[in-house]
Amino acid sequence: MEKPKIGVDTKRLEAWDKVTGTAKYNADFITPDTLHAVMLASPYAHAKIKKIDIKKALKSEGVLAVITGEDAPYLTGSMIHDRPPIARDRVRYFGEPVAVVVANTEEQGMKGVSLIDVKYEELPAVNKIKDAIKENPILIHKDLSRYTYAATDIYPKANTNIMDHVKIRKGNMKLGWSESDVVVESTFFLPQSDHIAMETRNSAAQIMHDGTVIINTSTQGPFAVKEELSDIFKIPEGKIIVKTPLVGGAFGGKATIQLEYIAYLASLAVGGKKVLVRNTREEDIMSSPGKLGVEGYVKIGATYDGMIKALECIYYVDCGAYADTAPRMAKSIASDCSGPYNIENIYCDSYSVYTNHGYTTSFRGFGHTASTFCIERILDKLAKKLSMDPSELRIKNAIKENDTSPTQDKITLSNTGDLNACINKLKKLINWEEGTLIENEDGMIKAKGMACLWKTSNSPTDATSGAIITTNSDGSLNLNFGATEIGPGMKTTMAMLLAEKLKMGVEKIHVFMDVNTQVSPMHWKTVASMTTFMVGNAVLKAADDLIKQLKQVGAIALKCQPEDLDVGNEMIYMKTDPSKFVFFKDVVHGYKYENGNAVWGEIIAKGNFIMRQLTPLDKETGKGKSGMSWTVGAQAVEIEYDPRMHTYRLIKAATVMDVGKTINPKTSKGLVMGGMNMGFGLATREEFIHDDDCILQTTSLRTYKVMRFGEQPEYIVDFVETPQMGAPFGARGLAEHGILGIPAAFANAMSLATKEEFDTLPIFPETIYKKKKEVEQ
Amino acid sequence: MLKILDSTVITLNVNGEDRKVVAKPSDILLYTLRNELGLTGAKPGCENGDCGACTVLIDDIPIKSCLMLTVEAIGKRILTVEGLKNAPIQKSFVENWGFQCGYCTSGFLMVCHSLSKMHPDADDVTIQDWLQSNICRCTGYQEIEYAIKSILNGGSSDIEGSTF
Repeated sequence: MEKPKIGVDTKRLEAWDKVTGTAKYNADFITPDTLHAVMLASPYAHAKIKKIDIKKALKSEGVLAVITGEDAPYLTGSMIHDRPPIARDRVRYFGEPVAVVVANTEEQGMKGVSLIDVKYEELPAVNKIKDAIKENPILIHKDLSRYTYAATDIYPKANTNIMDHVKIRKGNMKLGWSESDVVVESTFFLPQSDHIAMETRNSAAQIMHDGTVIINTSTQGPFAVKEELSDIFKIPEGKIIVKTPLVGGAFGGKATIQLEYIAYLASLAVGGKKVLVRNTREEDIMSSPGKLGVEGYVKIGATYDGMIKALECIYYVDCGAYADTAPRMAKSIASDCSGPYNIENIYCDSYSVYTNHGYTTSFRGFGHTASTFCIERILDKLAKKLSMDPSELRIKNAIKENDTSPTQDKITLSNTGDLNACINKLKKLINWEEGTLIENEDGMIKAKGMACLWKTSNSPTDATSGAIITTNSDGSLNLNFGATEIGPGMKTTMAMLLAEKLKMGVEKIHVFMDVNTQVSPMHWKTVASMTTFMVGNAVLKAADDLIKQLKQVGAIALKCQPEDLDVGNEMIYMKTDPSKFVFFKDVVHGYKYENGNAVWGEIIAKGNFIMRQLTPLDKETGKGKSGMSWTVGAQAVEIEYDPRMHTYRLIKAATVMDVGKTINPKTSKGLVMGGMNMGFGLATREEFIHDDDCILQTTSLRTYKVMRFGEQPEYIVDFVETPQMGAPFGARGLAEHGILGIPAAFANAMSLATKEEFDTLPIFPETIYKKKKEVEQ
Repeated sequence: MLKILDSTVITLNVNGEDRKVVAKPSDILLYTLRNELGLTGAKPGCENGDCGACTVLIDDIPIKSCLMLTVEAIGKRILTVEGLKNAPIQKSFVENWGFQCGYCTSGFLMVCHSLSKMHPDADDVTIQDWLQSNICRCTGYQEIEYAIKSILNGGSSDIEGSTF
């Protein structure tokens, strides 16, 4: 019998391509007929465009066309149609594309860009959330109430900078506060930052003679690209083909559509020729969307014995100059605002706010890193006030069966998992009981902080996936689905699921590594840690279809009934007597009788999946269902603080997550560790810094710092496995979650070590020094 | 002295072969490798020397090919990831899950390969010194640490702790 596949470390299918340089990403397909589009970026955060003179640029060698906003009278956006692909009349953030030069070479394009003369009239910019929401603010979108909307459940406030307001009203706040013996409140701030996928965003477009549009792009959502291009440019969807090879990291930043619009417009300007637009690192940071910033105000009440009774929170989400997906993240913050705890009385307002910062889109964690930071910091403050061990407070209030979520969704063990099992396992891994604060003889202080996490998917209510299996005459299978390979090894996971189901070797499953929307079945987007769940379910359904067909044709070959048969090891065999069998290879392309007659033909199997029972949130109460399940977990960070220098060292970080079932253990651990590492980036260094004129200062990897080799602590990752019903082998999503609690756990450890409260990220040694000075004075 | 004023045919020694390429004085090596020779293993990540994704070896030393002019490479031995033939670090990266998206991998491999040749007994400080030149955004670096340590003298038995 074939060995099990699930739970066994399996190297990614494309592993050797990635260590030999043969793995190709979108901009690696270099052809001599490709033209290059180069963008001119706005030098102002907010300005009127008075005049654009392109005459000189057009005369420059190799320049074929120059396009400006005047050539592109479109408004785009996955929620609100508020963003022109190339700025029109005004610019609303530093780095916004103002003109695009199409040239034979990138170099000629850059030269052309330098010859464009733009006259701006600078306007005062909204640089802070508080300025965006004050009375009579500078309005960034005067037309907010006149825009059209791609979503129905979005509630902009006319003549303000508030594009959406999500409310959670659960239980009875008056009762909650009256039952609370202790109340703690605080404000928190997390700045905007960037995804920094190593492959910068890039897209190419070509328009064929019959109007077919071919887009080659580095994206998480080829099908969304097709849909939105069709919607904006009024091209029938069937006339758009989107192709995506391996993607060099994404983290949410490639889930939206930006350069695809520009590539299409550029191709249109040169008669449909193939045009590539490729971000420089600077453009990837300043022109393309980043991660949202959040200001949170949180107030929590509990009894003396630590039972949480009430939670009030107000979140202002700095979405930047355009809406993109940001309001969905504000919704996601509200939906899960309690953290993985049972709180019966909740009042939460989550506002999506326009500023003149760069616009933002989905980022690993989909807003949950911010809400987790706020709730987990306030829990430590509450624990301190109650003189209670922070882990005990969390265990006492951990969400469990029959509780309800902030959106009043019923909690089951299946749809969340076992948080307390995670906390208890974590405490052992991080040696919590030795003490969370230890002062060494040399004066160094060792401190530990903890944070719990939960997250649900927040997908559209009708998000869908599909899978197609075709067959080869060597008995191997071809698997094709619409999720792009952005790093988490999803192509491999799907091969494992299919191999397990067919009881055959993973090496005999050939996965179509690219996505081609004309060939691959649809997948909503490769986001939200939902690929294993959604595509996995489609693959399992396709596997059932395949097995059914194999048994039907096998029954003909073996002269029996399909129900007499089973499959395994690339054979269809009699259950009662496995020595009677036919090989897959002899039937998958039809069965041939001895006399030459043949029946059946190629076996082609299919499966699909759609989200179930999801609803938008009620406008007034927030009641609704944002996802089919949560993943819960607990994280801890151990640091060493030097009180003389105010520096710190990351010693150890641990995560225990209830993943339902570990499909590919090393890959799962790697994903969680990667998330944790990114969490340390947010905790210790990553931020967008704007000067007084709202100009982004951190536009390169020299000024925008990320974690580098050797700065990471020792990572420990472990899992709890409480299966999720209806999920492939019980597996929950886990790809984003490693990031969620790390900034909070780190800040909790730092606050403990320094005896100061750190409620703003990132925390630099300089921040600690300043805080200490402040207190001294 | 070589004098190049415009596009000129020059010879580069790449992965052990002499290759003729057309280059302008302003072309960077990364551009020539990718666009003239189709060696796309070296990746543009920042084109500013900050991320290391374009690292190649020049006379065995890791160099960011975005910071080197093509003409500077004349007469030198250029080794790209495509020129690695079953180098221990390739297998080690595969076996230690040293990458996810794979975009930074070529650069890391070149740095690690050179390190293992030049400092086969490298200690932690030396390893960190060398590998800080590159950025990986997917992994937690721990996997890369295991990958490099397992090919240095002393091997993987030196690696402590962790459940990985």
